Amino acid sequence: MLNPHPDLTPSVLVGLGWFYLVIFLMNLLWTIRSFKVDGEYRNGMPKASLWAVYTSIVMMLSFYHFTYPVEGFMFSMPLAFKDFFDAYFSNPVLYFFLTILGLWAMIQFREWWTKPTVAWVLLNCSLIFMTLSLTDYDFRQIVGKPDNVPIVAMLFIVAFFTWIYFRRAVDNDRRIDEGRPLFEQEDNDKVLVWPDLVYTELICMVVLTAVLVFWGIALQAPLEEPASSMKTPNPSKAPWYFLGLQEMLVYFDPWLAGVVLPSIILGGLIAVPYIDFNKAGNGYYSFKERSFAITTFLFGFMPLWVALIVLGTFLRGPNWNFFGIYEYWDVHKVEAANNVNLSEFFWNGLGLGIPKGSGVGDILLRESPGIILTIVYFAALPPVLGLTVLRKYFVRMGVLRFLVFSNLILWMAILPIKMLLRWAFALKYIVGIPEFFFNI
Amino acid sequence: MSVGDYIRNSQIWKSVFRHPAPTDRRNRVVVMLTNFFLHLHPVSIKQQGIALSYTWCMGGITFFLFLVETITGVLLMFYYRPTLEWAFYDIQALRDVQTLGIMREIHRWGAHAMVITVWLHMYRVFLTGSYKPPREFNWVIGVLLLVLTLLLSFTGYLLPWDQLAIWAITVGSNMAKATPGLGTEGPGFQLFNTSGYELITNASDAKFLLLGGRFVGEATLNRFYILHCVAIPLVVSGLIAIHFWRVRKDGGISQPL
Repeated sequence: MLNPHPDLTPSVLVGLGWFYLVIFLMNLLWTIRSFKVDGEYRNGMPKASLWAVYTSIVMMLSFYHFTYPVEGFMFSMPLAFKDFFDAYFSNPVLYFFLTILGLWAMIQFREWWTKPTVAWVLLNCSLIFMTLSLTDYDFRQIVGKPDNVPIVAMLFIVAFFTWIYFRRAVDNDRRIDEGRPLFEQEDNDKVLVWPDLVYTELICMVVLTAVLVFWGIALQAPLEEPASSMKTPNPSKAPWYFLGLQEMLVYFDPWLAGVVLPSIILGGLIAVPYIDFNKAGNGYYSFKERSFAITTFLFGFMPLWVALIVLGTFLRGPNWNFFGIYEYWDVHKVEAANNVNLSEFFWNGLGLGIPKGSGVGDILLRESPGIILTIVYFAALPPVLGLTVLRKYFVRMGVLRFLVFSNLILWMAILPIKMLLRWAFALKYIVGIPEFFFNI
Repeated sequence: MSVGDYIRNSQIWKSVFRHPAPTDRRNRVVVMLTNFFLHLHPVSIKQQGIALSYTWCMGGITFFLFLVETITGVLLMFYYRPTLEWAFYDIQALRDVQTLGIMREIHRWGAHAMVITVWLHMYRVFLTGSYKPPREFNWVIGVLLLVLTLLLSFTGYLLPWDQLAIWAITVGSNMAKATPGLGTEGPGFQLFNTSGYELITNASDAKFLLLGGRFVGEATLNRFYILHCVAIPLVVSGLIAIHFWRVRKDGGISQPL
């Protein structure tokens, strides 16, 4: 019989076997925990038996992979699913909306998904999905790149810590509602730093050193061909932690995406303690007391930073085109881009034709709709917001603080706004003055 | 008397460690005050403040990774030559030939890990509201340390001098060209170029300052090497010291007020 998966070599299968082995061991521990904690069904069967069944299936999967079943290999991601996923789920618009939806669901259903069993099921789903996806050649090419491994790890780590946060915040919110002391305030006697903290630090250092050495042995740091200014790789990517910024280049010119917006992000972070007047929630986990601050921060961190890094790293291929996770990075893939400036919309829509001429006055007239919109957005909107929707904030913050705050919020919003305008109207620039490199 | 006791009672041991082994309460207090490395800590601390699910330990891990990067980095500096002729082949030899070439792997993975742990540290500080008074300014120092961590990683990215390195730096540094007022492809630089005299050209703009040339070349390698190995670590060390000092002065590690 012909090998149906020529790329699934024995070494790949053994690697997958190790993956399943890790999932198996994790679930073995979980089953033991479940046996002790979760109790029984009505008919006397422990709930842990379900976990035991699942765990043994994963164990058998692991052993199956270790037997090099190259011919007639059975457990790959079905082609139909891959085609479906790439065809319908692989575009930046859906990706962005799904991350927003995910953030909303994370906050809305925080009491549900912070339950250990729910979180464990979600973790297993994502691990099995990832391991199955690794049977795909193109998925392996991009996720398996040594420099990308930390990003995959980061996703799970960020998810884990977000889970811890919401779990403790839900607990504390309930305590505050019921008038009980905070979790952090119970059993909070002073202990001596030696041994309580010093030993924690020591163990932490030993474990970390071991992790780094193991990581260094298991995974070789990337080294490509010697540098050559003649051969431009396609795609050329910045270091992974800047890929969110590089992704913004799709929507903004370099002066905004690469210089102004990063500066605003940092300035905004620095301003955080000076504009957050809310005294509650200092030194303990909570959500309800600080829902606006936390939601804003999570919005900036999850969809606008981490998700854009993932997008830039895993989903942007040659010519910065969007590729599905199972899609071949075809250099010749063409995406139509007939983007139109706001000025063209405006003048052509009025039937007047775009004002011609290259004098400064002509250019300003041509771009006047966008310039007025921008000025209104940054100068007129803050006072309006302060007197209406955000009146509560304005009263407590004072003029200067509120202006800084509202402008930072407006700056944060321009990326999603520009994204939506691009997707809905193929808008290129709101203000387009290429003569002076001044494009917004 | 056991060998251990003999060593601990010797003159040499006593001259190195300024206190006996901390087995009783008194010595556990004294050791924190008399040991240079331990005196960063207070003597006693709130139990919940050091609970792992509360602090996540990410600030400490970041600092430890900084130390790992310093040590492996110094070892790599003994071997690596930042010149167009040697840079790539030195790294290649570290990978393929040299004993302890794994230092390069640890250095690179440690750098990636450090970027992630800095983010997680800030994430935790935000989520516990620990930037609120009286800790506002330490948050500001933290943001500066975040920037410097990213710059450390960015400057180090160039040093292997392979395709990955120069093109990542090319993409990154092309942004400098667009700096408003200071880059030849950004808005407003014409304001400096009044008739007959051009102040901002591609041999004097922000990108040129960053790269030491119009393109990523030998001058860039030298510039990034110095920034990576000397300049930024010096600044980071100073800021870390202030950061730690402020943690102690601004009320210790975060806890409910």
